[in-house]
Amino acid sequence: MDKRGEHLEDWMNEEDWVEPEERRITEDEEKLLDELGIFGESRRRFLGQVSAAGLSVLALQLIAEQKALGGVGGRGPEDAALIAEKLENAVKVVMQINGDKKTLEVDSRMTLLDALRERLQLTGSKKGCDHGQCGACTVIVDGRRVLSCLTLAATCEGKNVTTIEGLANGDELHPMQEAFIKHDGFQCGYCTPGQICSAVALMVEAKNGEASYVSENIQAKPRAVQLSDDEIRERMSGNLCRCGAYPNIVAAIKEVHTGKEVAQTWQFAAGDDLASLESLREKDEEG
Amino acid sequence: MASLIGKATRRVDGIAKVTGRAKYAAEFNLTDLAHGYLALSAVAKGRIASIDISKAEKAAGVIKIFTHKNAPKLPFSDPQDKDGVAPGGKPFRALQSDQIMFSAQPIALVVAETFEQARHAARLIEAEYEKETSETDILPILGKGVPAEPAERAPKPRGNPEGAFRDAPVKIEAEYTIPIEHHNAMEPHASIAFWKDDRLTVFDKTQWVYNVRNHLASIFGIPEGKVDVISPFVGGAFGGALRPAANVMLAAMAAREIKRPVKIVYSRRQLATAHGYRPQTWQKVRIGADEKGKFLSIIHEAIGNTSQFETYSEGTPGTTRSIYACPNVQTDYKIVKTDLATPLYMRAPGAVSGMFALESAIDELAYKLKIDPLELRLINYAETDPEDGKPFSSKALRECYSEGAERFGWSKRKLEPRSMRDGPLLVGWGVATGTWGAYQAPSASRITLKADGTALIQSAASDMGPGTYTTITMIAADTLGLPVEKVRFELGDSRLPEAPVHGGSMTTASVGSSVQEACRNVLKKMFELARKGDASPFKNVPDDQLECENGQIRIKGKPGVGLTLTEVLRRNGLEKLEEMHNSAPNKERDKYSIASHGAQFVEVKVDEDLGTVRVTRIVEATAAGRIMNPATAHSQEMGGAVWGIGMALTEETEIDHRYGRMMNPNLAGYHVPANADVREIETIFVEEEDKIVNDLGVKGMGELGMVGVPAAIANAVFHATGRRVRDLPITPDKMI
Repeated sequence: MDKRGEHLEDWMNEEDWVEPEERRITEDEEKLLDELGIFGESRRRFLGQVSAAGLSVLALQLIAEQKALGGVGGRGPEDAALIAEKLENAVKVVMQINGDKKTLEVDSRMTLLDALRERLQLTGSKKGCDHGQCGACTVIVDGRRVLSCLTLAATCEGKNVTTIEGLANGDELHPMQEAFIKHDGFQCGYCTPGQICSAVALMVEAKNGEASYVSENIQAKPRAVQLSDDEIRERMSGNLCRCGAYPNIVAAIKEVHTGKEVAQTWQFAAGDDLASLESLREKDEEG
Repeated sequence: MASLIGKATRRVDGIAKVTGRAKYAAEFNLTDLAHGYLALSAVAKGRIASIDISKAEKAAGVIKIFTHKNAPKLPFSDPQDKDGVAPGGKPFRALQSDQIMFSAQPIALVVAETFEQARHAARLIEAEYEKETSETDILPILGKGVPAEPAERAPKPRGNPEGAFRDAPVKIEAEYTIPIEHHNAMEPHASIAFWKDDRLTVFDKTQWVYNVRNHLASIFGIPEGKVDVISPFVGGAFGGALRPAANVMLAAMAAREIKRPVKIVYSRRQLATAHGYRPQTWQKVRIGADEKGKFLSIIHEAIGNTSQFETYSEGTPGTTRSIYACPNVQTDYKIVKTDLATPLYMRAPGAVSGMFALESAIDELAYKLKIDPLELRLINYAETDPEDGKPFSSKALRECYSEGAERFGWSKRKLEPRSMRDGPLLVGWGVATGTWGAYQAPSASRITLKADGTALIQSAASDMGPGTYTTITMIAADTLGLPVEKVRFELGDSRLPEAPVHGGSMTTASVGSSVQEACRNVLKKMFELARKGDASPFKNVPDDQLECENGQIRIKGKPGVGLTLTEVLRRNGLEKLEEMHNSAPNKERDKYSIASHGAQFVEVKVDEDLGTVRVTRIVEATAAGRIMNPATAHSQEMGGAVWGIGMALTEETEIDHRYGRMMNPNLAGYHVPANADVREIETIFVEEEDKIVNDLGVKGMGELGMVGVPAAIANAVFHATGRRVRDLPITPDKMI
């Protein structure tokens, strides 16, 4: 290791030259996790989730306090019986959610969206309008995109539900999730799970040759269609994005659909120089 | 390691957002959580004569119902409830009196075991009212307008505007109207509150956690240190979450009463009166010019609505004073009281409304003069700020015009309206100027360098979508010489160092500057530590010859010799090195006029048979100092363009003035642009080197991208059809 320089040899260890492989947790964090009873592999996963959820270490501490107060994490399926006691119109429903069998006793008025968010802690599906007008709640039921806010949970008996949480394969993102990140197909992120679920189901619709409002010939025999930009825009118009990421959403979907790279639509102005204070001053003097 | 600044960088919170793991306010599932649901008033003005909750109380699952009769009378220790965004007047306090000041005002809160139960019970509440006549339209009562600012603060006329207008050889005079519009962020406002002993914790949707903290502390009469507000993700806000909405105080009140965590989420319908809106605006612009197009006089009047109880204003004609060189300028701005909730800043407040009128009027003048609209703007280009003569710290607007025009193909434009076609469609090209102040506010941040070679950056900022998480991470990583993966930025928690409000397009300038300075300070300390010990390779090397690259301190230009941050800490027996930093805007700024600028070019295609307008292409040329992350910056400009399309063509909150009630408080009746409404949007960044604004050289851009767009679209519609629409939105009925 001659790059070290001779005079450093007795001052440094070999390992100082190696970047740590993964994030080590601090003592504070360690203590908190001990309190939470989270060890080993699940500790690593938990930390990853907390980090991904944007929670600060302080928020983590708060969760630990909640735990001390009698548990955290809302009502899981195991609490179904407890809930049912308080309901005057409970309905039992069994469905597959992201590949897992879930048994719930729900209020007959409960939507699939609220069942996911309030009972199963699958808060990835979003409530934007609760009236089927915005698409933020879009999930995939038996292969088709569905507005979960307009779907009563009680009608989902035996159904197969895929939510945004079920798209990735472990740490490996679904190609549509990757493409949305690559093309910055979101800003605030709130409509994003619905957009992605919608886009994933759209790929199947295109493969099956289903027609849309802008299809040129709706009487044509169904066969796999190559979606134009207009087709993607039309077929994605049930998913509102108030941040206005639409062109990037179209780019992400197009890339997944065609398998070809889609170019960016921004550029820095031509020319090497920045418009500097000096050049402005010169202009002022000339003017 | 090359600088990260200016490199398109993927969002650091991207994975959280595409996997559904990002937690928004309503998504913290606490044990024993109770659900609150609001009941709203049916009338716009008067008082509640009686309210019957007996049926609702008997409904299944109901825990407690609060009305003005039984809600605890809270201390309210500050007249404006410590809301840093509150305008003058008295803030609305839910359930504290029988008075009704706007339709769909909260009159009761039902708390039940489940959401379904609370919602059902809220429908069983019956209220009787003593009604009074309400006025919710400003157009019949423009004469009741009062100055938005006290006389001593209101800007004085510059030169002799009336005289110069009278004598001008060429003049135009026109009135413009803009309806109420709503933010309609995708995430509804939501709060979850719980108490532990005398400590209040709230998960809230907000653009300013410190504001909500101080607000709640003042309402409950408790120390600010006893309130924690947590808001790691904000599902869009656009100004709508600047002020604490009623739900946060009601959730905290209910939680204290029933001794359980309480969650209140507004329904989409309820949001229309929950957080404010862009005010209804009437404007009149008069421009006088000489035959060559030089402006001789601009007189810009604006009147906007406010509520009966607060004096909301947003400086509607303000940009007119500085955007063009003109010796005689007058701006008048009045507000009129209406029986509606108070308006609130909505993306590019004031500027986008004012510039719609001014930039439309300039377009009208261009046709009168038969001068190309872009040329007319160049003729009146302001080299220095005409308001006070100060030089601009930087202003690449001229380059925005030329770069944008070239990219758009403006030179191929024919001046004559109705001169361009695409088959059966009329084609129109329009242009407008945009501007927004490059604001910066004091901001605190903390940095912790850890023994594992990572850095933790903390500041109570927000990220409603512009990419604060990513940009601040990039700035820290760049300054520290660490890869982005080794830096973690925490925001959205009132226990973190104080950051200013996440509004006015000033977060990167404010928080970014603070973080940059904090990182520089901590590096200095690391250099000092690295020099300690006889064997240190840096023993006599001064700071300016040291650098940190990829986590390693080394002598500049000698990449072979280095010490990792980890080793430096270890050698000094430290587990971490922490640095708190308070930053303030550069005092030099006062000597300059400071603003971002942009030019927006728009193509529309109009179907005259149907009256439909489609925006087929937008080119945004933007001069906002240094671009930190062009990927997210482009998204900001794109978002601004889409907002401009909505404002110009579809967005309008309809009010039935007989009842003072908003009639389309939903996303089916209020049309925000959908995917099919948006085509090509291109951004050109004309970077400015500007060390006056701040050392990062950043100005704001979230609002900027919207400011000129509605006018550019209206101008393009005129170019396509010869029809000047001065009343937004430009819906098909106005085109036929």
